[in-house]
Amino acid sequence: MSILIDENTKFIIQGITGREAVTMAKELLDYGSKLVGGVTPGRRGREVHGVPVEDTVRAFTDNQPIDASVISVPPAFAADAVNEAIEAGIKLLVVVTERIPRKQVAQFVEYAEQENVRLIGPNCLGIISPGKSKLGGVGGALESCKQAFRPGSIGVMSRSGGMTTEIANSLSESGLGISTAISIGGDAIIGSTYAELMPLFDQDPETKGIAIYSEPGGRAEYELAEYMESTGSKLPVVAFMAGRFMDEMPGMRFGHAGTIVEGKADTTSEKIVKLSESGISVAEKIEDIPALLKQRIS
Amino acid sequence: MRFYEYEAKQVLKKYSIPLPNSLFVQNSDSAFNAATDLSTEVVIKSQVLSGGRMKAGGIDFANSPEEVRVKSQTILELDINGLHPVGVLIEEKKNVLQEYFAAVTYDGRAKKPVIIFSDMGGIDIEEVANSHPDHLSRTHFSAAKPFSPFTAKNAVSAVGVTGRELNQLSGIVTNLCKLFLERDLTLAEINPIGKLEDGSIIALDCHLDMESEARNTHSAFLTEIGVPEEDNRQARPPTQFEIDAANVDAADTRGVAGNLTEFDGNLGLIIGAGGGSLTLFDAVRAAGGNPANYCEIGGNPSVAKAANLTKLICSQPKVDKVAVMMNVVSNTRVDIVARGVIKGCIEAGFDPAEKIAIFRIPGSWEEEGFALLERYGVDYVDRSVSMHEAAQRAVQKMKGS
Repeated sequence: MSILIDENTKFIIQGITGREAVTMAKELLDYGSKLVGGVTPGRRGREVHGVPVEDTVRAFTDNQPIDASVISVPPAFAADAVNEAIEAGIKLLVVVTERIPRKQVAQFVEYAEQENVRLIGPNCLGIISPGKSKLGGVGGALESCKQAFRPGSIGVMSRSGGMTTEIANSLSESGLGISTAISIGGDAIIGSTYAELMPLFDQDPETKGIAIYSEPGGRAEYELAEYMESTGSKLPVVAFMAGRFMDEMPGMRFGHAGTIVEGKADTTSEKIVKLSESGISVAEKIEDIPALLKQRIS
Repeated sequence: MRFYEYEAKQVLKKYSIPLPNSLFVQNSDSAFNAATDLSTEVVIKSQVLSGGRMKAGGIDFANSPEEVRVKSQTILELDINGLHPVGVLIEEKKNVLQEYFAAVTYDGRAKKPVIIFSDMGGIDIEEVANSHPDHLSRTHFSAAKPFSPFTAKNAVSAVGVTGRELNQLSGIVTNLCKLFLERDLTLAEINPIGKLEDGSIIALDCHLDMESEARNTHSAFLTEIGVPEEDNRQARPPTQFEIDAANVDAADTRGVAGNLTEFDGNLGLIIGAGGGSLTLFDAVRAAGGNPANYCEIGGNPSVAKAANLTKLICSQPKVDKVAVMMNVVSNTRVDIVARGVIKGCIEAGFDPAEKIAIFRIPGSWEEEGFALLERYGVDYVDRSVSMHEAAQRAVQKMKGS
C-alpha cells in the first residue's frame, strides 16, 4: 500500500513541453510511472519522450480515465491550468509551479476543496511511492532516485523539496525505507497540510511512522500538533525544524515564501515546544530521525 | 513589498477610506510649508519601513510651522532600527474618542483571507487577543467569490459595535477587503482607526504589504502611487556584498544563486537549496561556526554562475574559508557546481585545496564531480557524511587555520 498514488496511477503533465517538464517526463517514464501524455496549448500532435501532447486536458479525459495531473506551467498560467484540470474531473493535482500569487492559490485551493480534489503544492516537488510511481521531480534521475528512495515503512512530509530527498536518503540508508514521501510545498497557502495528510497515512497499513521537515513561518505545525492531540494518531512522528537562526531576525526573508517570521508564535522555538507537547519527537539532526523512529516503532 | 505610510495612505484614499489631511515632504523647509498649508496642530511622522517609530522618537507633535521645521529636521536625521527616514508625513492632529483595529491577511490554515477586527485599537493586537478575546473577531471570506459587504458588517458587529459606528466601520472594512483582493496584498492593516469628536471615523495609521510575485500586474497602479519599479524594499538596505551577489544571480538565468545575506563571521557559505540552506546554516552555528553569509544555490546553475558566486564570496576580506554544502540533490549537477567553485576559487587567487573547507553535495553526476575535486585536492564527502557532520568538519578546519 501507499497513499495517493500507486503503480496504476495514470496521469498527465500540464506544461509538458517546458524545459524542466521535458526532463521530468523522462525521469517519470524511466521510473515506471504511468505518464500517458501532456498538455501545452498549440502543440497538439507532438510527442515528448514518446507520449502525446494535446492542446487541452479534455482531450485526455474525454477518452480515458485520468487519475492525476502534474502542473508545471509558468506562474501566470498556473491558476488557469489548475481550474482546467478540476473542471475536467481530475481528482489529484500536483502543482509544481512556484511564485504563484497567494490570492490565486487561495482561489484554486477553494475550488479544489469544493470539487473534492486533492491538491498537493504549489511550489513542491511532488509525490513518490518508491518502487511504484512518482508524480513530480522528486528524487530526480532514476539511479539517484532509487538510491535515496527505497521502499519501506516511513511516510515523509516536507515543506522543502530538496530536504524530502535528504530525509528519505537517511531513512533508506537506515533500512527503514519509505512508504510514500510528499513534498507538500513551501508557500504560505498549500493544498494539503501535514494534518490533512495524516489521516491517509493513519489508514495505510504499510506506514509505521512519519518523518516531517519543517520551517519557520505559518501555523501548519500547530495544526498537526492539535491533530495529534485530538485524534491521537497511532503513528510515531519525528519532526525536524530548520531555520532556528531565524528566530533572532524577525522580518528577514529566507527560503520559501512561507518562511517569514511574522510573530512570536511562528518561530521555530515556539513550534518545537508545541510539537513536543503533542508527543512528536523533535530531531536535532537529520541523521537522528531514523533512530528516533526505530525507538518508537518497536 | 511593504508600502511606506504615505504611499499606503494614497492607496487607502483611492479606495475611499477617510483619512486626515497630510503632506509628504523630504526636507524641513517643505515641512514648514506643509504645516503652513495645513494651518493646524500637526503630527510629524517619520517614513521608514520599521515598527517602533514612536519609541525611536520618529513621531512628534508641533503647534507652529517653525516648530515643525525644527522637529522635522531632527526626525529626518534619526536612525530608526538601522534605517533612515525617506521623509516625513506632516498630518493634521486629530482628537480621538475611540480607537479600532482592522486588518485583512491570509490565514494559511483556513486557506482563506481573514478579517481581524477589534474595538480596542491602538495597542498591540496580540495583547488584545490574549487578554480580551471578546473584543476581537476573526471573519474568513472567499478569495474566489466577489466580496460582499455583509462579511465586513459581521466582523464589526461580532465585537458588539452597533449604531452609526457599525455602518461607518463596515464601509471602511469593506473597502479594505476590496483593496486587499484587487491589489494582491498579503496584509492590509489600519491601526488605529479613530472615531473623532464630530462622530466621523477615519484611518490614522496603516500598513500595507503587496505580494512581490504580483507586483508586475499592478505596475500602472504603483506608478500612480509613485513607487519606483526597481525599489526592492528590504528589511534593511542591502550591503555591497549582497548587491554583488544579486548581480551574479541576475547575470545568468540558469539555476539560482540567490538570497545572499551578509553576516559577521569568517566562514563563507555556498549552500542550498532553500530548506537545505536553512538546515546547514543552523548546523554551522550549532557546531560553533561563524557564517560570513547565508545563500541559496539550487536548480542547475551554470559553471560560470557557480564560479562567480564563489569568487565573490572568496574575495571578501573577512572570509577565511568557504564550505560548499547541499542536501542530496536531484536536479543540480554535482560536477557542474564542483567545476564552478574550483574555478571561482582559483580566479579569486586561492588554492581550492586550502580555501574550500569542505564540499558536500551528493546526488546526480557526483562521481564526475568527486573526481574533479580529488584532482584539485579539495576535501569532499559523499552522502554517508550527514549535513551536520559536514558542517562540523568545516568549522573544525576553521579552528585549525
